[in-house]
Amino acid sequence: MDTQLAFVILTFGASVLAMVSFVVALIQRQVLVPPQAAQAIFSTGEMGCTELESRPNNRWKSLDQSARGPILYFLLSSVGWLLLGSTLGLIVSIKFHHPEFLGTRDFLTFGKLRTLHLNIIAYGWLSFAGLGLSLWLVPRIMRVPLHKPKILYLAGSMWNFGVCLGCLGILSGYTDGLEWLEFWWPIDGLLAVAGALVAIPLFQTIWRSQEKHFYVTMWYTLAAFIWFPVLFVIANMHFLHTGVQQGIVNWWFAHNVLGLWVTPLGLGIVYYLLPKITGYPIFSYQLSLFGFWGLALFYSQVGAHHLLGSPIPTWVANLSIVMSVGMAIPVITVAINHHVSAYRHLGVLRQSVVLRFIVFGAMMYTVSSLQGSLHSLRTFNYISHFTHWTVSHAHLGLYGFTSMVFFGGIYFALPRLLDRDWEYPGLINLHFWLAATGILTYAVSLGIGGILQGMALRDSSGTFEQSLKVTLPYLVGRSLGGSLMLLSHLVFAFNICDLLGRTAREKRS
Amino acid sequence: MKKAYIFVFGASSTLLLSTFLFVIVPRLGQSEVVQEGRSAQLPYTEVQARGRAVYIEYGCIYCHSQQVRDPVAGADGHFGWGRPSRPSDYIYDRPHLLGTSRTGPDLSNIGLRQPSRDWHHLHLYNPRLLVPWSIMPGFPFLYRVVPGEQAPAEGAIEIPNSKGNWLLPSEKASSLVEYLTCLKRDGETP
Ligand code: HEC
Ligand code: HEM
Repeated sequence: MDTQLAFVILTFGASVLAMVSFVVALIQRQVLVPPQAAQAIFSTGEMGCTELESRPNNRWKSLDQSARGPILYFLLSSVGWLLLGSTLGLIVSIKFHHPEFLGTRDFLTFGKLRTLHLNIIAYGWLSFAGLGLSLWLVPRIMRVPLHKPKILYLAGSMWNFGVCLGCLGILSGYTDGLEWLEFWWPIDGLLAVAGALVAIPLFQTIWRSQEKHFYVTMWYTLAAFIWFPVLFVIANMHFLHTGVQQGIVNWWFAHNVLGLWVTPLGLGIVYYLLPKITGYPIFSYQLSLFGFWGLALFYSQVGAHHLLGSPIPTWVANLSIVMSVGMAIPVITVAINHHVSAYRHLGVLRQSVVLRFIVFGAMMYTVSSLQGSLHSLRTFNYISHFTHWTVSHAHLGLYGFTSMVFFGGIYFALPRLLDRDWEYPGLINLHFWLAATGILTYAVSLGIGGILQGMALRDSSGTFEQSLKVTLPYLVGRSLGGSLMLLSHLVFAFNICDLLGRTAREKRS
Repeated sequence: MKKAYIFVFGASSTLLLSTFLFVIVPRLGQSEVVQEGRSAQLPYTEVQARGRAVYIEYGCIYCHSQQVRDPVAGADGHFGWGRPSRPSDYIYDRPHLLGTSRTGPDLSNIGLRQPSRDWHHLHLYNPRLLVPWSIMPGFPFLYRVVPGEQAPAEGAIEIPNSKGNWLLPSEKASSLVEYLTCLKRDGETP
């Protein structure tokens, strides 16, 4: 007990000290965020000019091309996983209203395919796309070529291999059994090493840069690269935890995958592309500081709101509720920043489909985050907890926001990496509208279904049967929305194959 | 890039704080839970533990919770799911199976509510045999179906309305049902 007590005091002391010294550092360097840093992403002559997905005169060409091989590898891997992951999503969704769909074989059972869907989407699509786009952004913002890019082939291959193995494991019964952490733990070790191999060149690139300004996007990227590996390693030490307490660790991690990994990468891209495409710096550079530190503090402590009503200690529940509501602060500051910037350049939305993806994503970030604050409140949580509402919310955040932003990022980055323009801008537009209609159908339908289900689960004059039957039409609605989303991914993949095909043909001739 | 250190420092400290609050402190509190709940539940037997692994492998957790809420939060008690859960109900649970979805009913006390092993086997084989409106997946691959006038082996279960077909549970199915029928979280904590 004495060692435990000493440990508590030490950790607590350390974290308080760190916070205090951090605040002091901020106060002493009030000039940390000089407004001209907001312009650091423009090269001479770029300010005031809108930049569409085509690249008439790419001033960043040499930086873009410095690590083009590995970046392409990451982005293409992400698209492959996306196709697989969303196909699985649709199958799982159909199984909800037609349980016998595709037959009842061991490896086709709902429980296994759902797990594959989630893990492929999280560790295949979202992580690869986020990593690939960060690898493209870091050299641009730090204005140095990527350090030792070759090692990234190894890292990417290890990561791909790890996700493949993890999926095969799930199909054959090797699972850790914790949601978001299902991959068998030795495979998680492989992923951790692969992640470190990506982080090293990124950190070294940042460290070697002579660039005066450290642009917002870099705050988010750098932090995400510190947060995720640590979280991942701590959360995988399953042997330390049992019972309800393990539940707390489980959801602390699961929510932090969103809050401290995918979200910061997505926000970083918005902070880069929104000003880049419109040609004007972000509305308020100072405000972005609040957005970032608010996220760092609040988002890391919200996870236990997934366990309200379960026998976790009351203070854990209350703390996570307070922090979830507190999230409204960074969300609103980021919202003001993004939406005012977009609103001032609405005209560009008509020309640039990429900007449409980005602005839609930013809007969904605001909506899904405020939703999150709302359903953390006990009164609302009593209805929404345990229902399809949660799944609707998860897709609004991870698809409506992050995936849409990643789509936009990839549409912007690929022509610059390959030095070739999209042949069919109309198809990019089609992708956008299919995806946007799809996710809105998905989220609205399941959101309504979830609330009706939640009310039936609270109704002490009803039966459980009613809570299930009331959701059925909405589950079909989800499959409809999901089909549109999957269709949009096929268009996406076609666009990319076409671009690659033309590049390869040109090289040969 | 020397300015970066502030972000490294700040980002690490917020993460440290949250690790402290959500991993370390609850872990330290766990020893009290274990002492307090010493006799609330029995450890799983070997068969039950294997059944638990089957429950995990086939993802029952994505549709079934194992936590009963207070009456203010929902009609859990009304559905017959049992008394509100306590931390000591879970001291042998690793990995935890609290669950966050109730597409299907809560299973904290399914062993009390449905003690019949035959019911469970038929239900797992094809839920719609017993509950026509069910959307739960069937697990027929855990069973062998044998035709016959009489039970082909001990433990075989007659499939209703199937003209003399019998269900032979595999080892996986039997241990899963052993696990389900042992879930009785109604014990009083002394
Ligand atoms: C797709 C969601 C889903 C999955 C996955 C699922 N179930 Fe179910 N389960 C249901 C639904 C819906 C019901 C209610 C209808 C019924 O009794 O079949 C149910 C009912 C049950 C019941 C009866 C509960 C009662 O109160 O009568 C048991 C026992 C059960 N499930 C066990 C399991 C086990 C064990 C697994 C994993 C092998 C599993 N379920 C997987 C949806 C699911
Ligand atoms: C890139 C896009 C996608 C992302 C990021 C994504 C993300 C997720 C996440 C995070 C979950 C877990 C939700 C939770 O338990 O709270 C999930 C579950 C699910 N997703 Fe997706 N998904 C995507 C695409 C799709 C598509 C296209 C469909 C097709 C309909 C789909 C259908 C489902 C279904 C049916 C579940 C299981 C829900 C449940 O168990 O109740 N997803 N997805």
